[in-house]
Amino acid sequence: MSTGKIGMAAALRSAIRLAMQQDPSVFLLGEDIGISGGFGGGFTVTLGLSEEFGHDRVMDTPISEIAIVGAAVGAALVGMRPIAEMQYGDFVFCAMDQVVNQAAKMHYMSNGQVSVPMVLRLPVGASARGAQHGQCTEAFFMHTPGLKVVCPSNPYDAKGLLLAAIRDNNPVVFLEHKKLYGGTGGRREKAGLDIATEVPEEEYEVPLGKAAVRREGTDITILANMLMVHYALAAAEELNREGIRAEVIDVRCLVPLDMDTLASSAKKTSRVLIVEEDNLTCGWGAEVAARLGEAAFYYLDKPIVRIAAPDCPLPCSPALEEVYVPNTKQIVREARRLLL
Amino acid sequence: MTSPTIPAVDMLEMFRRMLLIRRFEDHLYSLFLQGLVPGTLHQCQGQEAVAVGVCSALRTDDVIFSTHRPVGHMIAKGSSLRRIAAELWGKADGCAGGKGGQMHLVDTSVGAFPSNAIVGANIPIAAGAALGFKLRKLDRIAVSFFGDGAANIGAFHEGLNLAAVKDAPCVFVCENNLYAASTHISHAMRISSIADRAASYGIPGFSVDGMDVIAVYDSATKAVERARSGRGPTLLEYMTFRYAGHSRGDPGGYRTKEELQLWRGRDPVRKCRELLAQHFQIEEAEMVRIDKKCQEEVEDAVEFARASPEPSPETCTEHVWAPSEVQ
Repeated sequence: MSTGKIGMAAALRSAIRLAMQQDPSVFLLGEDIGISGGFGGGFTVTLGLSEEFGHDRVMDTPISEIAIVGAAVGAALVGMRPIAEMQYGDFVFCAMDQVVNQAAKMHYMSNGQVSVPMVLRLPVGASARGAQHGQCTEAFFMHTPGLKVVCPSNPYDAKGLLLAAIRDNNPVVFLEHKKLYGGTGGRREKAGLDIATEVPEEEYEVPLGKAAVRREGTDITILANMLMVHYALAAAEELNREGIRAEVIDVRCLVPLDMDTLASSAKKTSRVLIVEEDNLTCGWGAEVAARLGEAAFYYLDKPIVRIAAPDCPLPCSPALEEVYVPNTKQIVREARRLLL
Repeated sequence: MTSPTIPAVDMLEMFRRMLLIRRFEDHLYSLFLQGLVPGTLHQCQGQEAVAVGVCSALRTDDVIFSTHRPVGHMIAKGSSLRRIAAELWGKADGCAGGKGGQMHLVDTSVGAFPSNAIVGANIPIAAGAALGFKLRKLDRIAVSFFGDGAANIGAFHEGLNLAAVKDAPCVFVCENNLYAASTHISHAMRISSIADRAASYGIPGFSVDGMDVIAVYDSATKAVERARSGRGPTLLEYMTFRYAGHSRGDPGGYRTKEELQLWRGRDPVRKCRELLAQHFQIEEAEMVRIDKKCQEEVEDAVEFARASPEPSPETCTEHVWAPSEVQ
């Protein structure tokens, strides 16, 4: 059975609903996620779930990011599987101690005596809200041993990856791009992409740690995640008209990182372009480029190129945001240069 | 001294645990002075009554979240002294295989979750553990230990407030030893009692003599009962003092000799011993016997720790990831 075409918010909701039906240890906590008459979190993902599962399991909290993540850690330590939500991904910096010193280190510091099976959902991505409501934050977590990092680009993956993340016994940071939610009505993102797809109604998992080849090609490998996957695919289409066959890989999971798929593609095409919405310096692309340098150096015809946000905070003006966020034109231009 | 309401056998066990903490900490310090302790030390001599009084009010399946000064809490909760000692020496037989160290002691078999070296961080974590118990409809409770310094950190406010609005079965135990490292409490807050802060979360708060193990036990028992019966958290402030410096190598030059003497005059272990003699008719010989056993246990634990092998190099990168079969 399929749900019919749904966006990412509805797909995530479907995953959460199934997990909560199957496993009484799964519960949600966050700001404005279950208030009756409210909006189901910042982006409608949890809409209707408190009516179905009650306010104990869809737990609205005060504006207390430290307590949201800290309580999720504590609940996970005693056998629960919490899904904690930051209303905007940027707010996680208020709770970084709980993420980095607590969630990520507890299993290790206890020599395996305890584990922290929790999901931390972070809405990310530039969306005309400015520097504190739109940063892509994945690199901070990719750098931290003990955290898995997931960043889907479409509704099918979002549902399957979230189910896998909920069932994982480690803390998983789960990034969701605001322009991919496909919310409806007043919560619809301006300039959001319409990426609604058919999604199975029943449960399924997309395993963590597997990249997905979205388009096969032989001339150049383009690596991207979240919104950038869609821009990369549009660029590949344009390049195809010029006779350039680009392979587009969706790096939908940064930890664990599927280096096998990435390196095989690099060896095949000999040219690699990495596209990320995060800031350039020490972004996930930097790590991937370094690892590809080690794994595929003798196969490469050109230096690995990264397209990323410049090293400045995210500006608010739509005109400036356009400068900040990588776009299809840039991808096409850099790909052409790599093929000269 | 409050009037004793508990059986002599429990009283003796509380005395034994307090004494074991004291003997262990004192022995550690002498070994530290000889350069024989490898890592850091945050000692709790003077604070034994809080650890033992609170943990004696708990069941084994209730959980505690301790601090960077965890030895007393671990012993009070019933953890193995050998495993604690081996962890202090960074050895393979340590309670965390040498990965934790003095500030990160753990023994889930007695409900002691990893102790926390980020001041106040365990407060929202304990609230979350308590909410987990509540959601699972278990009658277990969670305790967060922290010092006066932690009462000024954001996690204190967020954790107590969340626990309060959700009626989390939780007890917040503030060990007010008057100094956050070297900073006296008068430089860090305008109020005289941390317990007063409970009012701003709409929960009960009590300031109690932390040098009197019975006063600690009685107040903790009431807070535990309140939490267990679903009536929500309590903030308990215990007035106490650490005789040692904040950490190894801190001679405590920011405190006067008079202040230290004043608190030593109220020593919780000695007070407990006097109480046992006066109100429970425990003979001195029995207490000497307990003391001797404690000292033997301490020596055995340290010997065990020093003889334990170093952790093997490959364990450095083990336990980063929880396996899929866990839980």
